[in-house]
Amino acid sequence: MTAVFSIFLLTLLIITAIAIVRISNLFAAVMLSGIFSLLLAANFFVLDAADVALTEAAVGAGISTVLFLSALAMTAEHERSVSTNRGIALIVVITTTIAIIYATFDKPAFGDPAAPIHQHVAPWYLDTTRYAIEIPNVVTAVLGTFRGYDTLGEVFVVFTAGIGVMFLLSARSGSKRQRLPQASEGLRHYLVPRVVGRMLIPFILLFALYVQFHGEYSPGGGFQAGAIFAAAIILYALLEGEDRALVALPRSWLTTMMVGGALLYGGVGVVCMLLGGNFLDYSVLSSNPVAGQQLGILLIEAGVGITVTGVLLNIYHAFAARDKF
Amino acid sequence: MTLATIVDIASWLLMSAGGLFVLIGGIGALRMPDLYTRMHAASVTDSIAPILIITGIVLQAGFTLASIKLIAILLFLLLTGPTATNALASAALLAGNRTEQATPYTSKDD
Amino acid sequence: MALLELYHYWAFAVLLMIGFYAVIAKLNLIKKLIGLSLFQAAVFLLYISMGKVEGGTAPIFMDGVDEQLYSNPLPQVLILTAIVVGISTLALGLGIVVRIKEEYGSIEENEIQEIDQR
Repeated sequence: MTAVFSIFLLTLLIITAIAIVRISNLFAAVMLSGIFSLLLAANFFVLDAADVALTEAAVGAGISTVLFLSALAMTAEHERSVSTNRGIALIVVITTTIAIIYATFDKPAFGDPAAPIHQHVAPWYLDTTRYAIEIPNVVTAVLGTFRGYDTLGEVFVVFTAGIGVMFLLSARSGSKRQRLPQASEGLRHYLVPRVVGRMLIPFILLFALYVQFHGEYSPGGGFQAGAIFAAAIILYALLEGEDRALVALPRSWLTTMMVGGALLYGGVGVVCMLLGGNFLDYSVLSSNPVAGQQLGILLIEAGVGITVTGVLLNIYHAFAARDKF
Repeated sequence: MTLATIVDIASWLLMSAGGLFVLIGGIGALRMPDLYTRMHAASVTDSIAPILIITGIVLQAGFTLASIKLIAILLFLLLTGPTATNALASAALLAGNRTEQATPYTSKDD
Repeated sequence: MALLELYHYWAFAVLLMIGFYAVIAKLNLIKKLIGLSLFQAAVFLLYISMGKVEGGTAPIFMDGVDEQLYSNPLPQVLILTAIVVGISTLALGLGIVVRIKEEYGSIEENEIQEIDQR
């Protein structure tokens, strides 16, 4: 039964992808890519990846749509030119698709517990989490402890991308711009979205905190919570206007959050070293190694959440501030 | 017939009815002549359909934490769905989309 | 039935190549970025599909359940971070596109090349 459902969802994904590529109105393409992300999240959930589904829904369907729309507002709504070498591109693409599909026949059967991927480290992660970390969500345990270095690297990639966008978009452009009153006021004239939005935003923030601090027990963690928190503030900015969102969370705070979260993560690692352990070896943080691991995961997840919120909001404000012409 | 069986049948009936309404909403969104009637048809999928489907799932879950979460999701959907429809309609109206301009069916009769 | 189970990998191949087609055959820079994110999504799908174990459940331990098969947590961790890194790099790409629009007045590749060759 699940197989039928999967096939249905995957077929919808492919149809949506073809529609995205074919449609020449970029606005419609962006909306369709939001639908694509939501379908992808449903697919991830069917494939047992609850954490990934939550992230994809918050990031792909929420924040990336907003970013695309704010970029579209500054560029163009339609694509104009048609490529001259579409035939060659189509031949290349179809040949490669056939080659990849041919290669899939050598893959282990889908969902086979004896497949090589399930033999090496995954059983060890599952076993060790049970007695050394003692938190139910293995994904959070792997993210925070076993692959802590990797996650630290990812946080710094996010941080670097945030700095890059700020550098690119804070430069003054050639033409002088005047701001329209609409851009700074958001949807303040529209009563219904505003009232419902104001009612829901506190609960979205509360949900973000739940996802952040309950991430050890249920799907969730810093990345997802950061995305949801940023989405709540972006909703506020869309409803009440840029300026009020910046009053609520000023730019200096956001930049401090960007830096502070990454520093918190790195700092936990350094403290571990000062206490006599290895870098990011949380066992030394407390007299009880298991409690130390749990404290370490809580702290670094907080660092991840703070950085992701800061970066995503800074990126949004960088785009939105440029929008006023 | 035990109580469990009755609850089971009721929940399946509710969920099937909800699925039917989603289908009707989808057909309506494709077949209706202009934006506003399409939205009217599509709004079935985010008002009555989630009420029926989630009530059905709650009956399956019984008195557990999952039910409370499901009811929270239902409340969220019932607040956001109509709001989104309202925002879409007012945006379309603002962009100058009038019903008279986009009705192929009435213009044929004239 | 064995063929049907490979459908996840076929969907991956088709999605990957749809994204790739948008990157190489479309001239609009935003369309290229959308294509790139489709390409990325296809890779996510491949990883998560490989981590699925038949009869398994999400790798979150439940109280009082011992003999339960869990899906592989490792691909999930990799993709979880990749999604967030993906949105950050996408934002960087969009930032570059916005700057190109401001300098060249166009986001179509051929028009930008014409301006460059002048």
